[in-house]
Amino acid sequence: MSNGILGKKLGMTGLFSHEGHYLPVTVVEAGPCIVTQIKTMVNDGYNALQLGFGDKKKTRVNKPLQGHYLKSGEKQFVVLREFRIDNPDDYQVGQEITLDIFNVGEKIEVSGISKGRGFSGVIKRHGFHRGPKTHGSRNYRRPGSIGNSAWPAKVIKGKKMPGQYGNTRTTVRNLEIVDIRPEENLILLKGAVPGPPSGTIEIKKPKF
Amino acid sequence: MEKIKQIEREQLRLDIPDFFPGDTVKVYVRIREGEKERIQVFQGVVISKRKGTTNASFIVRKVSYGIGVERVFPLHSPSISRIEVVTHGRVRRSKIYYLRNLRGKAARIKERRRD
Repeated sequence: MSNGILGKKLGMTGLFSHEGHYLPVTVVEAGPCIVTQIKTMVNDGYNALQLGFGDKKKTRVNKPLQGHYLKSGEKQFVVLREFRIDNPDDYQVGQEITLDIFNVGEKIEVSGISKGRGFSGVIKRHGFHRGPKTHGSRNYRRPGSIGNSAWPAKVIKGKKMPGQYGNTRTTVRNLEIVDIRPEENLILLKGAVPGPPSGTIEIKKPKF
Repeated sequence: MEKIKQIEREQLRLDIPDFFPGDTVKVYVRIREGEKERIQVFQGVVISKRKGTTNASFIVRKVSYGIGVERVFPLHSPSISRIEVVTHGRVRRSKIYYLRNLRGKAARIKERRRD
């Protein structure tokens, strides 16, 4: 089956395991996804499935996309994502992909857009230490020295500095599946997942 | 949000009796030693209760051989076999941490009469 699925993060909670341990759990509403296009080696140079997820009103979708969605059925989708596969012949356009592809206890990868934190300083962005607050110090949250004068007489590339933090694609690996509820399309993952609640999330099987 | 609440509701234990800070309780804790499982009783005064759905907890304090011992129990944990309320105590606040500074006769709590 497909090696990934699309979902929506619902939020976090905690559960007790059978041994009595309290596990932090992220609840994700994942699938059912519809195959909207199959990319093949001959046509596109690589093998992949394009999956659609999330309901959208038809009036909110522009004509070119409507035409694209027509090939897989009547449904309009909020997001489209591709997942690499080995055998494109095993799939048909319009096929439904559900959480059946995963098993409880499996380790998976999760990708999403992390929460945007705007233009952040070095303490929040890179975990620098703070300077002294008193004794005449004016160096509370500053980055400190960023280089030397005579040599190299320039700022080295890649120096950690203030800047945009978050709102980037982030992947978390080796998350364990705690529970799968196929009738509600819910999957419970141990640990945190990038992005805010209601953010779109890709759940994938690891490559290796 | 509703679905998360539903998941939390499934976790909650409805067999736990009502008890309040100041009450003396017996907590029957399941302890696993290798393959075997046995039950240990921890008896003491409830000095605090923390609210929450699956995260709710309470603290039980007892004085064991002259040394104060406190244990924090998750209220809905499956490792609690059962809870038994021994006596109801009459206290005026919800967190009776002042008990930690008292010993002997002063650390007694008046019993609350239930009508």
